Formats: sequence, C-alpha cells, structure tokens
Amino acid sequence: MLAEAHLQRITARINGVEVTRTVAARLTLVELLREDLGLTGTKVSCELQVCGVCTVLVDGSPVSSCTYLAIDADGRDVQTVEGLADGEQLHPLQTAFVESMALQCGFCTPGFLMMSKALLDRVPDPSPEQIAKHLDGNICRCTGYEPIIRAVGCAARRLRGEADHE
Amino acid sequence: MSDPSAREDVIGQSVIRRDLLEKVTGAAEYTVDITMPGALHAKIVRSDRAHARILDIDAREALTLPGVVSVITSDDLRGLYPRFGHIIADHCILAIDKVRYYGEPVALVLAETVHEAADAAELVRVTYEDLAAVLDADQALAPGAPLVHEQRYASSDDDSFRLLTGGKGKVATEAAAELSNVAHQVTLEWGDADAALREADIVVESEVHFPMLYAYAMEPYNAVASYSADGLTVISTAQHPYMVRDDLARIFDLPLSRVRVRAPYLGGGYGSKSYTKVEPLAAVGSWVARRPVKLVLDVEESIYTTRADPADVKITSGFTKDGRILVRVIDMVMDSGAYADNSPLVLAKALNRSFGPYRVPTLRATGRSLYTNTAPASSYRGFGAPQGALAGETNLDQAADRLGITSADIRRLNLVDRDEEILPGKRGLDADIKADLEMVLASLNRDAKDVAGYGVGFACTASDAGAYPVSTAQVRVQTDGSVTVLSGSTEMGQGSRSALAQIASHELGIDMSRVQVVQSDTAITPYERTTGASRTTTLVGLALQRACEDARKRVREMAAEIMACDGDEVTDVPGGVSTPGQAFLSYGDVIKAWFGAAAGEVTGVGLVRREGVTEKMPPFWEIGMVGVAVQVDSDTGVVTVDQLVTVADVGFAINPQAVEAQDLGAATQGLGMALYEELVYDGAQLANANVVDYRVPRATDVPAKLDLMIAQRRDGVGPYGAKGAGEGTLNPVGAAVAAAVARATGKWPDRLPLTPERVWTLISDSGSAKE
Repeated sequence: MLAEAHLQRITARINGVEVTRTVAARLTLVELLREDLGLTGTKVSCELQVCGVCTVLVDGSPVSSCTYLAIDADGRDVQTVEGLADGEQLHPLQTAFVESMALQCGFCTPGFLMMSKALLDRVPDPSPEQIAKHLDGNICRCTGYEPIIRAVGCAARRLRGEADHE
Repeated sequence: MSDPSAREDVIGQSVIRRDLLEKVTGAAEYTVDITMPGALHAKIVRSDRAHARILDIDAREALTLPGVVSVITSDDLRGLYPRFGHIIADHCILAIDKVRYYGEPVALVLAETVHEAADAAELVRVTYEDLAAVLDADQALAPGAPLVHEQRYASSDDDSFRLLTGGKGKVATEAAAELSNVAHQVTLEWGDADAALREADIVVESEVHFPMLYAYAMEPYNAVASYSADGLTVISTAQHPYMVRDDLARIFDLPLSRVRVRAPYLGGGYGSKSYTKVEPLAAVGSWVARRPVKLVLDVEESIYTTRADPADVKITSGFTKDGRILVRVIDMVMDSGAYADNSPLVLAKALNRSFGPYRVPTLRATGRSLYTNTAPASSYRGFGAPQGALAGETNLDQAADRLGITSADIRRLNLVDRDEEILPGKRGLDADIKADLEMVLASLNRDAKDVAGYGVGFACTASDAGAYPVSTAQVRVQTDGSVTVLSGSTEMGQGSRSALAQIASHELGIDMSRVQVVQSDTAITPYERTTGASRTTTLVGLALQRACEDARKRVREMAAEIMACDGDEVTDVPGGVSTPGQAFLSYGDVIKAWFGAAAGEVTGVGLVRREGVTEKMPPFWEIGMVGVAVQVDSDTGVVTVDQLVTVADVGFAINPQAVEAQDLGAATQGLGMALYEELVYDGAQLANANVVDYRVPRATDVPAKLDLMIAQRRDGVGPYGAKGAGEGTLNPVGAAVAAAVARATGKWPDRLPLTPERVWTLISDSGSAKE
C-alpha cells in the first residue's frame, strides 16, 4: 500500500559500523537512525530543513536527516552524535559545549555539534563571525547562541593544540 | 568519602552541569526517545475549518488500510470525563459536536506504525456544517457575535488561583455573568481613578498591540501512554506532571495514586509545556486499544496546540508636573483562542505586571480574556509580563518626553524602594531595583555611540513570581553516604537538576558527584505543584534544605541511640555527625549501625506551604532590568541590536554561569518577540505555522556587546538568599527595544515585532524625523 511497496536494500557505514537494511523508499535517514537502529541522539524538530536539529554528516558533509532519504545513504558514510566521542573520550567540541554552557535543554545540541564538526574539519581556525554564519541554519531557543559560538572557537583552539586563553 | 570542604565550596560556584554531559553524547533521554513494548502509533485528524458543526465522521476507508487498529472520536469516550482544563474544564479531548478552531483534534487514528497512522488519517472523512466564526478580539466582542462556547463548564474551586491574582485592593476575577465570548475578566483597582485623572497635571495616553507568539520549544509535544487494569502510566513532555496527573485522574475517574505521569528531560519548555496538552489523547487511545499508544506532534501541530496570548492594551497615566505617577488606568484585551487553558491566570498576571514596579497611588486595571475560533493560548515565559510591560513602560517613556525629563529620571522618581508594596497587601519588594537600574544605565552609557539611527532604550519590570508555594522534596541517604534527591520539578533545560545537587551537596557536606537528583515521576518523586514562574531554586530549594535538615536530624537521633547518649551531644559535621565517644561517624556508619546490617537508608522530608518565610504572596519578586542599544537602517528599516545589558537580581547565584545562561536565553527570546516573531492568522488558518515563516533569533543575530550582570544581595527567601531567575530578563526586552527604536527614529512604535517593514513605514510616515 502506498509507498511501502517501494523497498530497497541499502548498505551504509553508520558511525563506523556497516549496516544493511531493506527499507521503504520514503523512509528518512533519521527514521532509520532513531527507530530502526536506536540511535536516538539525533533529534527532529521542524521537518523542513531549517532548524538544523537533525543534522548528521554524510560522507563528511552536513545533511538534514529529517528530509534525507535513507536510500540515498546507500554506500555512504554516516556520522551521528553517538559517533563523535572516541570511546569514553569526549570530542573537544563536546567538552567545550559543556564547559561554555553552550546548551541547556540540549535538544538542538546534537545538530549543533555535527554542524560545528563539519566546519572545523574544513576550517581549523574560524573567526567568531565565520562560526556564527556557518551555524545560522541551526536554531537554539535556550542559549542565545553566544556560548555556542564561544565553545566552537574554544574547541578549534584545542584541536589545533593551542592552550585556552579565554 | 565526603569532602568537608564541599560544604563551603559548592554553592555559588559555576559547577559543570552534569546533565550537559549526557546531552552532548546523545545519551540523554527525552520523551520522544521513549517507546513502550507493543506500542501503537497515533495520528490526529484535525479540523480544517475554524467553527463548524460535525455532521459525520466516516472512518471506513481509513480502517481498511493495513496496520490500522482503530479510529477514535468523541463518541468513543462515553463513560469518561471528556474534557480537561485546570482552571476551566472546557477543553475537549476530541471535538464534541462542533469544532472551535482550525487544527482542533477531531479523531485519533491508531496504527502499528507512524506511516500507517499518517496515511489513514488522510482518509478519515469528516462532514461539517460551517458556523459563523469569530477570528479575532474585535469579532469576538461585536454585538451578536457567534458564541465559541454556548455553555459554562466546571471551574476550579482551588482557592490558590484566586490568591495568585491581585492584591488587597478591590480585585474581581471571574467568569462573565452572561454567556458571551469573554472567557474571563479581571479588575484590579485602588483609589478613585477618574478623580485622580482630573487632578493630574498631565495625562498621557497610549495604546499598544503585543503579538501572538509561539514559544517554539524544539521538542514538539509528545506522549506515550499505557492504560491497563492497574491504572494509567503516561510519559510526556510535561512541565507540571502533577497538574497533568490531576486532569487524567478526572478523565478516567482513577485514584490519583493510580495515575503515573513521568517527564524525562524536556527539549525546551519556556512555559509552553505547562499544564495538560497531548496526554489525554495518548491516554484515551490506550484506554480504547488496551495497548500503549505513542503520539508525537509535528511543529505545525504544536503551534496549533498552544500559542501565547496577543494583547491590545490601552493605558492612560496621570502625572504631577514634576513627573510623579498619580494614577494609571489600563484596559487589556487578550485573544485567548478556543479554550481557556491557562489564559485566565496569564490575564491576571498581565494586569499585575502592567503598571510597573512604581508607586502608583491610584489604579484601575481591567482585562478580558476572549474566546475566539483560533488555536488556544496559554502560558509562555514571562506570563503576561511582556504584554503588560510593553504598554506600561513605553507609556512611561512617552510621559518623560512630555514632561521634559529623562527616561532614567522618571523611573528614579517613581520606582519603589526595598520592602515597599507594589500590590497592596502583598509582599514588599525584596530587591533594590533602583540600584539595578543604575547598573544598566552605567553599562549602556559606557558604550553608547553618537551616530545617526542609533537609539538606546531600557525598561524595568517586577513580576509576582514563584507561583503558589506548595513544594515538597525528599533526600534518601544511602549506606555509603551518597544521596538521592527526589523532586517533582521538571528539568527542561533550566538547570534545576544541577542546582538542586549543589544545594544537597552543601547541606549534607558531601561531594556533588555523590548526589543523584531524580525528578518528575509522580509515582516516585514527591509532589511539586508546577515547574514555572521561576520557582524551583527558591521553593524546591527551600523544601530540599528542609529535607536535608530532616535527614540530618534523623541521623543524629539514630547516632544518639547507637551511642546511648543525649541527642544534643550529637552534632552535625559535613558528611556525618560528631558524637561524644567517637569524633566522626559518617551517615553510612550511623545507618548501618542503627539497622544492624550493611543495609538500610534514611529519608528526609521537606515541605513548603504558605507559612513562615513563604506566607506572604508572592514568594518573591522577579526583577527584569534590561537595556538595549540599536542601530536602525533608515533605508531598509532593519534594526540591529548593538548592545544588550541585563541585570539578574537573583539574591544569590547558586551557579552564576547558569544564571547568565538563563538570562541570555531569556533576553534572546525577548529580542525575538521584539524584532521577528509573530503568528499571523489569514482567515481561519495561520499563515506561518512553521519555522520557515515564523522567524526566531539565529546565530548571526547575537548583539555585538553583551553585558550580563548579576546583583547578589541575599534578599530572597530561597536558599542562601536566592530568588528565582529565568523569566525576568525576557519581560522588559520588548519595551526596551521599542524605546530604543523610538529614540533612533523619533517615532514611537505601537506594536511588536519591529520588522524592517514596520520600522521603514514608521520612519517614512508623515511627521518629523528624529527631533
């Protein structure tokens, strides 16, 4: 019935683990992550690609997983917030977000972390203006953003191996 | 084990919030992440018209789809109490006989998967007979207007709602006498306003419109419910799980003890998750299907579930020629939508907060909350204060202009002093608001720019905060000296889990890492009336201090029994007690010795009611003190915020970084309503029920200069002199931005948000430019 008839077999690497599933064509990537794989760290809010909450990295590029089809992830590498830490060792972005109180309710945070990682992977030394511009498509209703911009700058310094100088 | 120095160190420190560590890894559990075994998924069939009689609901085709289990309408709720509402029980779970707004739930589809439920919902055919609708306040008040409700409903007999409203002056808060679209009206009055206006040297009238808003907590409303012979369990995005429990118990006629409501981490609340929302829908779904039911709204559905009240406010103030307020007369009309929800209280609070923290010898404030055929309105952060402050503060600024004095001086002249009453018979002001004003002025002046199109504005509010003081807390001291804190207050981002851990750590003299705070599960955590009105630090904090004292007392008594000494020979020391025979016994030593096994625990209970320090209402006044400097582009009307200056008058900051974080967040929401945010109805439907068209502040909107100050004068009734924070800083922002734009353009705006189009029109309208 309806779209359920269109099934496709896909294989994707998700946080380094190869996953094979037969999915409906209309299944979104975030539905695959949250409901099938139990990776509930990625959240959903606007469902219109404008709030950034559901951001994950596909082959290193940020995508809105609420509207990115699971079948389009076939053969690709998907990274979610659950894959950000190295075992028990938090990623510098995660540490900086906690220290700068760059989150409160935390619902938008996985999206901000992944979006920020996409920036720092390409631009190791971004200015506050570059960070703000890069994160302009991610909405946060708790923090007022300044702590987030500060946290990303702090994480960038640590990733470059510089000491903190706040 | 225990670290004695923790007792001195932990409070007042910007400790790392432990909940944030769970949240950055994706491990934190929100309601939307929770399912129950065998759960069905629900999708709501919603009204596609504003006001219409339901003639028929045909679910036959929907029921033929694979996976569809049931389509529930109000007919299926026979035997249940089919409405909810904590003040006025007018809110239909599923529309009964007629729909009252576009988006109202008409039927609930249950299916094995989300997709199946959504597909089937499209196939439910509802036949309507359209009724004439009232779509805004003017239409609702017009003579002969169609009635949104043709009947009265049970109102709460809980006296606390009356006590949350006005002061000792003449206060009337009631439903209108005759059937009309007036859902609720409030009058707050002292002195003879007409006589005082005649005596005034100058009279300043103004009128403002405050926009219809959506809080946009990023986790949409959702719930999962399980009804069985044993009772009802609901996990939901509820700020006030105990209030939701009461509504659910009435619906199913269950004992309160057999309704369990749990709220895990909330993805934002800001007041918009106060009171009952989707819980009855999920619960009746489970009652019908006898399987758990999960219901997750999308953002559009959430907007149609609860928005904030827009307000039209007329204000007339009389002054002496040297600028003293003689009288203020306020008339406020709020468009509260199809159901009352919390709007009666929002209205009462808006009036309390409309005339400002000033000496107002004579007052007449009247307000009406109207039923209209639009989405229901309810609480949003600040709770009437932003509406009231926009009117009252801009009126005061305009008076200053007329009087030829500065906006600062007119406030210096009229602001109340410490301990002076704002509302007659209520708690005097527990703050030095004049000093707070000087802090803002000094900061604004330090970085003021003298360029064209630049304007500075500031505004002050004092909100009767804390809501009604009924709070309880428990601490369970374990055999290893670690502690579980239980509270019915919800962690929705504001940081209560961490602040309560700091308090328990300090009170018991144990390291914070050994304190676990468990919140918001009515089967486990003790009663908490609400999580709102910035109450948790103050009221739950007090209850927790008392619970810790109770636990220490029990441990002292046990120690005296063990040591066979007098009770007064045992004294508290961090992490345990000191006894005559043995210098130090840890809590765990005492518990194990008393029970006679490596087992047992001690529970301390703390209770707060209207007694002692919390007898006088409100429990505390929450100050809002904000200044902004804006740059207005006269070609485009774009307003850029250059400076944002705030003072958190919190008495004592248990976690200063968290106070600053709450203030910046609150102020940013205030900038949203001042500059960008407004829900717009276009006929029966909202034109912008989504986050593309409802524009909230973004990362590139951060003001160039932020100065977030904290005033700590230990003048609150909460722990260590603390008072609440979180709402205050939002409240004056709209008024401050309006004033700044007026200073920049020479024209007073009369409505928010100040979008580029509005500001450009304001500048371009005939009349002089900046004087």
